[in-house]
Amino acid sequence: MHLLLKQPSVLPGFGLTLGFALFYFSLIVLIPLSGLFVRTSTLSWEQFWDIVTNPRAMASYQLTFGASLVGALVNGIFGSIIAWVLVRYRFSGRSLVDALVDLPFALPTAVAGITLTAIYAPNGWIGRYLEPLGIKVAFTPLGVLIALTFIGLPFVVRTVQPVLQDLDKEVEEAATMLGANRWQTFRAVIVPELWPALLTGIAMAFARAVGEYGSVIFIAGNMPLKSEITPLLIMTKLEQYDYSGATALGVVMLLVSFVLALAINLLQWWSSTRHMQQ
Amino acid sequence: MSIHVEHVTKRFGTFTVLNDVNLQVESGELVALLGPSGCGKTTLLRILAGLERPDQGRIFLHGTEVTDQRITERRVGFVFQHYALFRHMTVADNVAFGLNVLPRAQRPSAVRIQEKVHELLRLVQLQAMADRYPSQLSGGQRQRVALARALAVEPKLLLLDEPFGALDAKVRKELRRWLRRLHDELHITGIIVTHDQEEALEVADRVVVMHQGNVEQIGTPEEVYENPATPFVYQFLGDVNVFHGRAIQERTIANLPPLPEVDSVLPAGAVDEREVTFVRPHDLELNRYRTNSEQFEATVRYILTAGSRVRVELVALESEQTIEVELTKERYRDLALREGEVVFVHPRHRQVFKIPQS
Amino acid sequence: MNSVTIIADKDVQWKESLTTESTLVRRLLISAAFLYLTLFLFIPLVAIFTEALKHGLSGYIDSFLNEDALAAIRLTLLVAAVAVPLNAVFGVAAAWAIAKFEFVGKQALITLIDMPLAVSPVISGLIYVLLFGAQGWLGPWLAEHDIKIIFALPGILLATIFVTVPFVARELIPLMQSQGREEEEAAITLGASGWQMFVRVTLPNIKWSLLYGVILCNARAMGEFGAVSVVSGHIRGLTNTMPLHVEILYNEYNAVSAFAVASLLTLLAIVTLSAKTLIERKTASATRLKSQR
Repeated sequence: MHLLLKQPSVLPGFGLTLGFALFYFSLIVLIPLSGLFVRTSTLSWEQFWDIVTNPRAMASYQLTFGASLVGALVNGIFGSIIAWVLVRYRFSGRSLVDALVDLPFALPTAVAGITLTAIYAPNGWIGRYLEPLGIKVAFTPLGVLIALTFIGLPFVVRTVQPVLQDLDKEVEEAATMLGANRWQTFRAVIVPELWPALLTGIAMAFARAVGEYGSVIFIAGNMPLKSEITPLLIMTKLEQYDYSGATALGVVMLLVSFVLALAINLLQWWSSTRHMQQ
Repeated sequence: MSIHVEHVTKRFGTFTVLNDVNLQVESGELVALLGPSGCGKTTLLRILAGLERPDQGRIFLHGTEVTDQRITERRVGFVFQHYALFRHMTVADNVAFGLNVLPRAQRPSAVRIQEKVHELLRLVQLQAMADRYPSQLSGGQRQRVALARALAVEPKLLLLDEPFGALDAKVRKELRRWLRRLHDELHITGIIVTHDQEEALEVADRVVVMHQGNVEQIGTPEEVYENPATPFVYQFLGDVNVFHGRAIQERTIANLPPLPEVDSVLPAGAVDEREVTFVRPHDLELNRYRTNSEQFEATVRYILTAGSRVRVELVALESEQTIEVELTKERYRDLALREGEVVFVHPRHRQVFKIPQS
Repeated sequence: MNSVTIIADKDVQWKESLTTESTLVRRLLISAAFLYLTLFLFIPLVAIFTEALKHGLSGYIDSFLNEDALAAIRLTLLVAAVAVPLNAVFGVAAAWAIAKFEFVGKQALITLIDMPLAVSPVISGLIYVLLFGAQGWLGPWLAEHDIKIIFALPGILLATIFVTVPFVARELIPLMQSQGREEEEAAITLGASGWQMFVRVTLPNIKWSLLYGVILCNARAMGEFGAVSVVSGHIRGLTNTMPLHVEILYNEYNAVSAFAVASLLTLLAIVTLSAKTLIERKTASATRLKSQR
């Protein structure tokens, strides 16, 4: 273990802690995850391709990624507004709102699922007013969108908020002293500072939504080809003991997650280094 | 552009930051607002800029009242302590900002803006840096960009808030000489806020010394240094020995031996009034022998010979007060002082302030 | 009176033009934020409790006082009691190695630790089914020796541990990195043993973040649905955790009981959020104190 050390240290416990952490993490995460890829390799390329491009799978991708993207963009807009309002304005109930923004993180997904369904069902609190207008939410792709928007809500707020908080007041005053009006200051001075954090938040909301299961399955209706998300399709295949099918789709989802995690890391690296000394 | 500040008061909550401040600045002058942190100098500057509004009083720029005017109508340039550059814009874009946000009708053409930016960068000696980003510049260079940016909109008044406060001593010294030259070239009315007395005395035509929201003294650097109006100004501008004393009837029993001039300024009936006597270290004379009655004895404790002058620390025999004396090298050599010796101390020049009984 | 109001008005207008937006824009933005939060947060929160109490307080309490519900609560507590301490130990160990030492592959490890959060919960369950399920690698061997992992408690534990692995570590790593190693080095040079250093210097510095990490980890462990759903087999009274119990009740059209159990989980979420707010205030005032010194 100590061969890994780049410089010696007087502090104790390096071998013990790193050894335990690596052992535990490999056992719980790395070995089981790699099993997924090993299992896929028992499939031929044609079999794999057939499974992952099957019309039902394609429809599920379209819904999963489409609804996740729209949900993330909606959160991009409203998340920014919420972050702005929380940082810049003082109003009653502000600290309560600030604390509640994280509710979608903390609330178990099954609870979110049944609650959103109850609200948006045709006889639900909001659904009953939408029904006469011909808008059906629950048990349609729109329901999927609602659920995925809900679970993505905190991400944009929590990435944009600290950046807004750290913005130098002097910079805005400087713009004002130079004759810029509020809109010009916002566009030319504030937005460029927020942009990377906003993109990161949207990407995180998207990544979370793509894998989401619990809050969606109740409200989606789960009609194959219509309102069936990919994680549910994997679940269905597992229940039918179609391990190969589940594995192939699982690999696709996992690769997408990796690409997104990489993209988010790059975005964070970019936003933290772009103003650094070259 | 002349500035007239009339009875300006500003409070933050129950704390009075500015207390009935009056100030007159002539067109083309460079005035320093000098004081310790928390004295209200920055608040006064921000009120002049329009970044804060006074609770009471009025501000006139060039004879026109601007107390309620918006910032953009004042045509005031402002340089911030921490530069406040737009870090996602190049140096050139930073300088051009004020021109680019002008309403279309007043905005110069793109070519004209570019020319102007280059002119300004030449003025601040940063032509080569036009395409760099602020993070690629040193602190001194950044502050020059901030200055060029403020000058781009051709302000009639330039306000500088501790512009060199974040720079190291050597750069600070260079930049303030450069600012002085720039001011002489442009003849723009300027106000610079600083807590550094050396900076204020060196760069400004006039110095406004502030303390706890009040203006203590306004005058040329020489006036405020040579004739401080209040004990605070005396102590703030340079090192000083303070002697506390008490005037009883016509005689002073101070830690200093009886001083004739102190006795003379005392009104005949003054009883039990406290007073302080200030003497600058270079106004104290050391002698090996008693030459007149005003001298008192003190023991030499330390001698610091590094630097252009010699600093001697003594302890007065009677009061055990620590006294600092500054001597020229020649005088020090003539005296041939050693630590532990007893010598006679004598003030050449002093100033006495009465402390009103509270 | 009149002149006072006019001055105040002028003051307000003047300030607004300066460093903030006009009243109209401000009100519009606050309204937009509240509308969005009402739709997605306030209404759902109120709905949970309203639905749960639809049949009155006795109906609410009856929802817990049956064998299946109690078994689900017991199982959920058991799972959390195993998963949370394990992951807390892992989090402290990983954070110690990562924050206090420079070693090869450190950045890769930091990125890897977050991976379980990026993976869909369904896949978190799937990987264990592939390992231990009837058709999995070890399936035949396990069947031979009569060991049940999938559709049994061990599977639920594994899936829960997987999804909650990062929580403590990701709270501690940035904090301990920012704290540096000077204090610990001072303790060692003053003659403290490794354990003394940890208990007297490190632990007091990280206690609030550690507590917060544990609370988050616990909330997720008790609330995890997707991963547990894959490996549980939904056997009532045996392998049903609270979230799975909610699903079963809901699918049986027993909405009141479903929301009653859901309300318990919601209270857990609210406690978690309150703890977060409290700890944030605590650490904020602590850092303020430190910077003042």
